[in-house]
Amino acid sequence: MARIGVFVCWCGSNIAGTVDVKRVAEEAAKIPGVVEAVDYKYMCSDPGQNALRNMIKDKNLTGVVLAACSPHMHENTFRKAAIREGLNPYFVEIANIREQVSWVHEDKEKATEKAIDLLKMMVEKLKRNKPIEDVRVPLTKKALVIGGGISGIQAALDIANGGVEVILVEKEPSIGGKMIQLDETFPTLDCSSCIMTPKMVEVYQHPNIKLYTYSELEDVSGYIGNFNVKIRKKARSIVEKDCTGCGDCWNICPMHKNVKSEFNVNLSERTAIYVPFPQAVPLIPVIDRSTCLHYKKGGKCQKCYDACGPKCINFDLQDEIIEEKVGAIVAATGFDLMENSLYGEYGYGQFKDVVSGLQFERLLSASGPTEGVIKRPSDGKTPETIVFIQCVGSRDPEKGVPYCSKVCCMYTAKHAKLFAHKVHGSQSYVFYIDIRATSKGYEEFVRSTMENDGAIYLRGRVSKIYEDGGKLIVKGADTLSGNQVEIAADMVVLATGVIPKKGSDKMAQMLGISYDKYGFYTESHPKLRPAESSTAGIYLAGMAQGPRDIPESVVSGSAAASKILGLFSKSEYEVEGTIASVNKTTCVGCFYCQRVCAYSAISKEEVKDRNGNVLKVVANVNSGLCTGCGACVNACFSKSIDVRGFMDEQIFAEIKSLAV
Amino acid sequence: MKLAYYPGCSLKGTSFEYEVSLLKVLEALNIEIQEIPDWNCCGASAAHSLNHNLSVALPARNLAIAENNGFKEVLAPCAACSSRLKTAKYEMGSDDILKKRITDSLEMPYNNSLNISNMLEFLLNVAGKEKIKSLVKKPLSGLKVASYYGCLLVRPPKVMQFDDAEKPVSMDELVALTDASPVDYSYKTECCGAINSLSKPDVVMALTGKILYNIKEHGADLVVVACPLCHSNLDVRQREIERKYTEKIGLPVLFITELLGLAFGFSPKELAIDGHMVNADKVLEKIL
Repeated sequence: MARIGVFVCWCGSNIAGTVDVKRVAEEAAKIPGVVEAVDYKYMCSDPGQNALRNMIKDKNLTGVVLAACSPHMHENTFRKAAIREGLNPYFVEIANIREQVSWVHEDKEKATEKAIDLLKMMVEKLKRNKPIEDVRVPLTKKALVIGGGISGIQAALDIANGGVEVILVEKEPSIGGKMIQLDETFPTLDCSSCIMTPKMVEVYQHPNIKLYTYSELEDVSGYIGNFNVKIRKKARSIVEKDCTGCGDCWNICPMHKNVKSEFNVNLSERTAIYVPFPQAVPLIPVIDRSTCLHYKKGGKCQKCYDACGPKCINFDLQDEIIEEKVGAIVAATGFDLMENSLYGEYGYGQFKDVVSGLQFERLLSASGPTEGVIKRPSDGKTPETIVFIQCVGSRDPEKGVPYCSKVCCMYTAKHAKLFAHKVHGSQSYVFYIDIRATSKGYEEFVRSTMENDGAIYLRGRVSKIYEDGGKLIVKGADTLSGNQVEIAADMVVLATGVIPKKGSDKMAQMLGISYDKYGFYTESHPKLRPAESSTAGIYLAGMAQGPRDIPESVVSGSAAASKILGLFSKSEYEVEGTIASVNKTTCVGCFYCQRVCAYSAISKEEVKDRNGNVLKVVANVNSGLCTGCGACVNACFSKSIDVRGFMDEQIFAEIKSLAV
Repeated sequence: MKLAYYPGCSLKGTSFEYEVSLLKVLEALNIEIQEIPDWNCCGASAAHSLNHNLSVALPARNLAIAENNGFKEVLAPCAACSSRLKTAKYEMGSDDILKKRITDSLEMPYNNSLNISNMLEFLLNVAGKEKIKSLVKKPLSGLKVASYYGCLLVRPPKVMQFDDAEKPVSMDELVALTDASPVDYSYKTECCGAINSLSKPDVVMALTGKILYNIKEHGADLVVVACPLCHSNLDVRQREIERKYTEKIGLPVLFITELLGLAFGFSPKELAIDGHMVNADKVLEKIL
């Protein structure tokens, strides 16, 4: 027989101002099964909690109902108090008479009636509660980081420095991501590779980090604490342990004119056997089989093999599949830039001297194709006038994307500044819609580009670029003066918008995390859980979530790492016990539940007799993945699934209590 | 194949050369056409600035008549006409309420089913490159030809869905079929000033002058167009531009159908080339 105690909270005047709490308590005391009902000014205070504990002890209660604020606020507080008196925490129920009654109603009489009804419902439910144990999931204390850009590197280093093993997977032959392609970084003009390479080397040498470059994630299964991942290590055609990175192979490769360098964004050529850039980590070349003569011409060319001292080139190496077990994953897959060809009127691809922002970075960079001297691609001359166009694709729902790419205002100001520093007497023009320079030192940086470096900022858009008389004629509007302007430029730099890395949607599907309509990964909560994905155990970092600059990417990498270190600080992962459970006797194995489950928590389980013969196949709920959302309960035709704590019997009892 | 032909006002008036040469080319291609009976103004260029309903209803009436006469395909050689007809089709296709309103006012059934082509689209997609190539009797080798597209043939892209809005090549392809050499230059789609020719001739002379001098600089012998208004601005205003900027241009401006007609073996007279202001005799001597 249930022995239930009821507490009606005043919440100061928050509840008591609109609800007659004394009457609620009096009515509650009349409900069969209620041993005692009292009201109290602040149940969440220490004396309030003590009153609750004392009553459990003194009256030998089997359960407690609180008529108080939303369970989101203090359910945990009261459950903990109950646990200390030996009660199962799921025998504490809350009737929300603040957010759902006092705050939304004015008529005290009716509000009191409603509060009594809600309380009755909870008492009837509580009478049918069954003890629920929280689920404990074992943890594999090893993390996987996908993506070796700055945010992935930061996450990997922070996790590894916390004493946890990390696997870092990078698709390209070297880690470094987009940041290693940059020249100097705003607003302090630190040389990007100078601050990046030490981190890359640290990753390579860290005893807790296992680095797989030129590798891609092939498959992910499992759940928080227990992911099984398959990594495809693409055939590099090099025996990595023997390679010294001497360069004899790529220096002799005859394919040095035909392949565009990805690292230099097509502004220079690379060989078929290559390292993307001199500071690559690891400094081990890759043979690009689609362009290598050995593969194209049936093994005739093997100049690199002949030149290699340690004979570490092996043309017959195959892709390798590596299987790993990890407890947590960081998705830091980064970004791409929009196709410049989206804007035919800007003549990208048609005019050689119209380049993208990333190409201009390579032209500025000392390790770039022009060794840091700004030369225009068409004839190698140093430009004297450059027009920079911002928002190419960003903030343009018609042709591009409606969002702001966030970094372009700043990198354009940096480009104009560095151009002024490198080419004295030069002139730059910047077409912009608005200037967005909101972080520390950013606004000052843009102002100094205008005031100290003489960049002329024109508020308006460019309508068309023509080539005339060896110059690029940039036609646009200056909306501040209301004039049409035409500028004869030597070069044009397009600040193209940021989009998610190609294939990030496929990656999200593989990981089972949600992404927005653009393909950026969605946070579990946009404000309060910005490092977590929608799936437990998978964390997010960097531009994969949306446009952000380097400091923000570093912060997000560290945030993901700290979440993982927090998770791994316990011996097991604890999941609330209110998850779905299957009645295997009545389950008919239709698996409609599997189709509606958004968390892939339902798998098939064979029920066997003692001889091992399969009797039937039934649904099985993976407690690590189930969130207790209840979608499967609604979908089940044979009424074989219930969410613990919210069983049909309990819900019906609540409804019935209203009808009496 | 019988094809509905929507001439519009220009081809019956100031640009009669366009119609004359078009009929010759169609004769050679062996394509039969029939003028849409009782056709009316397409609405360019005033209606769409003044009254949206009217700007759709005017072209829609022409389309409805063609449809009710059993046609599937409409040729509108004038760039402005084809633009208006296509825009009407596009707008009614994406707005059922508008379509109902317009159809009700037409007082005849209308299904929005016709395929509408401008001159270039027609030649490339309906007549076909191979057929055109096979009819070339007099290759125009050595002739350097600049194709001028203007604004309406390829824009707006979501309505026209033809060629590249910023870097069109369709007319150049047709030029190449005649064995003439297409000339690349900067201002293929730049505005010629259009109907400002009547109200603000100075604007037109500045814009058209820029186009013509650029074509001249790139070494073309002549210009081809597929729009009566472009033709009028580039041809009729040319002498005036030369006087204003005191620099000779002397570029004959032909309709694309005239150029094809020459390659098909018709004489300049048969194609009404002598109807233009800038005399083409000297340039055509090269090939005739």
